[in-house]
Amino acid sequence: MSGQTVPADFSGHMLDLDEDEDLEVFSKNTSLADGSSMPNSPSSMVNQYRLEEDEEEQQDTNTKDLFITVDNPESQVTAIETFIMYRVLTKTTRSEFDSSEYEVHRRYQDFLWLRSRLEENHPTLIVHPLPEKFVMKGMVERFNEDFIETRRKALHRFLNKISEHPILSFSQHFNVFLTAQELTSHKKQGPGFLSRMGETVRSVANSVRGLKSRPEEFTFMQEYVEDFSSKICSVDKVTQRIIKEQREYLDELKQYGPVYAQWAGSEGDLGEPLKAVAGCVERCSKETEENNQHLSEVLAPALHEYILCAETLKLQEEVDGLSDRMEMANDALKGDWSHWKKSMRSDLRSAFISTAEKNVDYYEKCLAVWESFLLSQRVEPIEQRDGEDVS
Amino acid sequence: MAENGREELVITDAESEPLAGERSLNIVVVEQGCSLLRRMEICVAEAEKRSGKNAVNMQEMFTVYLIETRPMDAAAEGCNPAPDSLWRRYSEFELLRSYLIVTYPYIVIPPLPEKRAEFVWHKLTADNMDPDFVERRRVGLENFLMRVASHQVLSNDKILYHFLTDEHGWKEVVFETGFQAKADSRLRALSATFRVRNTNKRFMDMKQYSDELQSHTSQLLRARARVADRLYGVFKVHGNYGRVFSEWSAIEREMGDGLQSAGHHMDAYAASIDDILEEEEHYADQLKEYLFYAEALRAVCRKHELTQFELEVSSQDLISKKQQREELATGVVRTFSFKGMTNKLFGQEAPEQREARLKLIEELIAEGEDTVKEKTAECEEHVEKAWVDMQRFAEQKDKDLREALIHYAVMQISMCKKGIQVWSNAKECFLKM
Repeated sequence: MSGQTVPADFSGHMLDLDEDEDLEVFSKNTSLADGSSMPNSPSSMVNQYRLEEDEEEQQDTNTKDLFITVDNPESQVTAIETFIMYRVLTKTTRSEFDSSEYEVHRRYQDFLWLRSRLEENHPTLIVHPLPEKFVMKGMVERFNEDFIETRRKALHRFLNKISEHPILSFSQHFNVFLTAQELTSHKKQGPGFLSRMGETVRSVANSVRGLKSRPEEFTFMQEYVEDFSSKICSVDKVTQRIIKEQREYLDELKQYGPVYAQWAGSEGDLGEPLKAVAGCVERCSKETEENNQHLSEVLAPALHEYILCAETLKLQEEVDGLSDRMEMANDALKGDWSHWKKSMRSDLRSAFISTAEKNVDYYEKCLAVWESFLLSQRVEPIEQRDGEDVS
Repeated sequence: MAENGREELVITDAESEPLAGERSLNIVVVEQGCSLLRRMEICVAEAEKRSGKNAVNMQEMFTVYLIETRPMDAAAEGCNPAPDSLWRRYSEFELLRSYLIVTYPYIVIPPLPEKRAEFVWHKLTADNMDPDFVERRRVGLENFLMRVASHQVLSNDKILYHFLTDEHGWKEVVFETGFQAKADSRLRALSATFRVRNTNKRFMDMKQYSDELQSHTSQLLRARARVADRLYGVFKVHGNYGRVFSEWSAIEREMGDGLQSAGHHMDAYAASIDDILEEEEHYADQLKEYLFYAEALRAVCRKHELTQFELEVSSQDLISKKQQREELATGVVRTFSFKGMTNKLFGQEAPEQREARLKLIEELIAEGEDTVKEKTAECEEHVEKAWVDMQRFAEQKDKDLREALIHYAVMQISMCKKGIQVWSNAKECFLKM
């Protein structure tokens, strides 16, 4: 690569800075005002972002044109190692893709590769995080079913987040990830140049940090990210605690029901209602189990994802400490920022709604269980009973 | 809970409410015979703390309970005279019960509420002065009096009447009965259990059942307390959402309001568990009553063992005395006796002495036969009467415990309805996020 094609401006968000195709990409940009590869004026950047916001909204209201699923985790055994392969299915109508359907197989490492590529090439954009390599708490095996399923869901979300992003979804790396049967050849074109540059940039950034005064919005964003990170961690902690308490409650419930059944064994007429109560407790404990599972499968992962997001955002600040590109970096970040905030709000909102709905459902089911017991005892319905109480 | 012959329950503590279980048992059952309850309204209206000197002349705090009584016919005629009342402490109730146990050993005597708080879960303290405990004990004492006063046999007891009406003279009267002397010693009862031979099978089955009832109710009480403890934890932890959502809402623009109000609902959810579990304590009390009833039932079975054993002992005694007579008369020694030995060593005794001894033996045999008759009658009477009361008890138990289970289900339903409401409200708030 020649010096000319070295993208000095890392905020070149409109362009996919793929090392292989730098030249081609640059030459495509003759549509831009001054014909140079990079828009230089901040205002033009802002304009571009406005456009993107419109696009974003268009994407929301129009039908999606890129559908991705991650499923079918399968264990692969080689001489050296064992790992899980996930199937990635893509359906699309985009012209950037040669075909309308793709099926490829990817492992976690491949996802890591994709993300690091995206981050390098778009350092000012917010790239959704991946699930962690391994879980620190507890002895979770890599091949534990729940762990694999949790990871699969997170990988699925990751690809969908990328596909929803107005810029990232057009990344060449993304395309390759979704379409190439063999990823290894693409990977072999090492991280090399750009990531080395990336590291240099970071060290530059670190040195200029504090010397430059940052614009207000940027400080605001920083503060928000710090606060958000701590709040979301708190919510996550509370949620984990609830899951734990509910599990302990469930354990006691499982021992509670059988006590009624055992008692029924030494009773005559009383045996029937005792057995019935044992049955009710058992059914309620099943519902409790389901409710708790829902919490683990829906709310907890969503919160966790945004904890990772917040961590990613904190790192973002380092890059943005670039000296003379800061204004542009600002604007780049701002646009992606509102996209991200919208996304966060929508994701967490639906996770909370889903949790509330599940709880309502849980209580409704338990209610039905106990009402059927009353019915079996040929007791008058509750309304009438309440009427009797008024005296 | 026991049948309440009156419509309203005089409870002076404004905060407490009548139990749901009690309300549902407002049916007046017409008893055969003259039940005290049909003649008199009884309630344990209040509890008060007093201090006084105890047996070792030390200052102590104790609780007294106000018993109010009112003749039934007065209320029926429409005039509402002020009730007679007196104060009693727990130990006096215990004394009454001890008297009843000794005097009516064939009756399953209703139990008193527990002396000390047991089967406590997390929140409740095992403190006898705790107002909630005192209140529940007040209810338990009233229940005890109701059960006794509505019992066909027990309600006619004079001592019971004195207990209810004679504040200071009662103790003297009860001690005058000398019931304490008549009490069976533990040792005697235990020894009977081991050595008795021919017990009535029905009684032995009932004894077995009483063990099972005791074991099952205590297991259930413990399991329930553990579940209550855990449920408390679940609800309270949700309260943390309230705090955290509130903090989070401060940094959010669009999401703030929704989060904040959802947080308030989570606070309400966390707070709701206190009332829920307080009500469940009443259910626990209903179970506890039958835990203690199991002991009373077993006492009746043990009494049978004792009377049967005493009959066997006296029969055996009579047999051996008859044998002795036979030996004296025939001169054939079958059993070992010192007299026999001395005869061998020192020669036979004189005929006059033998005559005297024979006469004595005959007298003892006559006594022995009376004793056997007596013991047989005692045993049979006990079997007959006890069987009747055990049947009555069984029916009462089935009815009461079924009611308790229904009461439990009603409470669960109420809890579910609250849960549905809270989470529906929270959902509305989340929708606004």
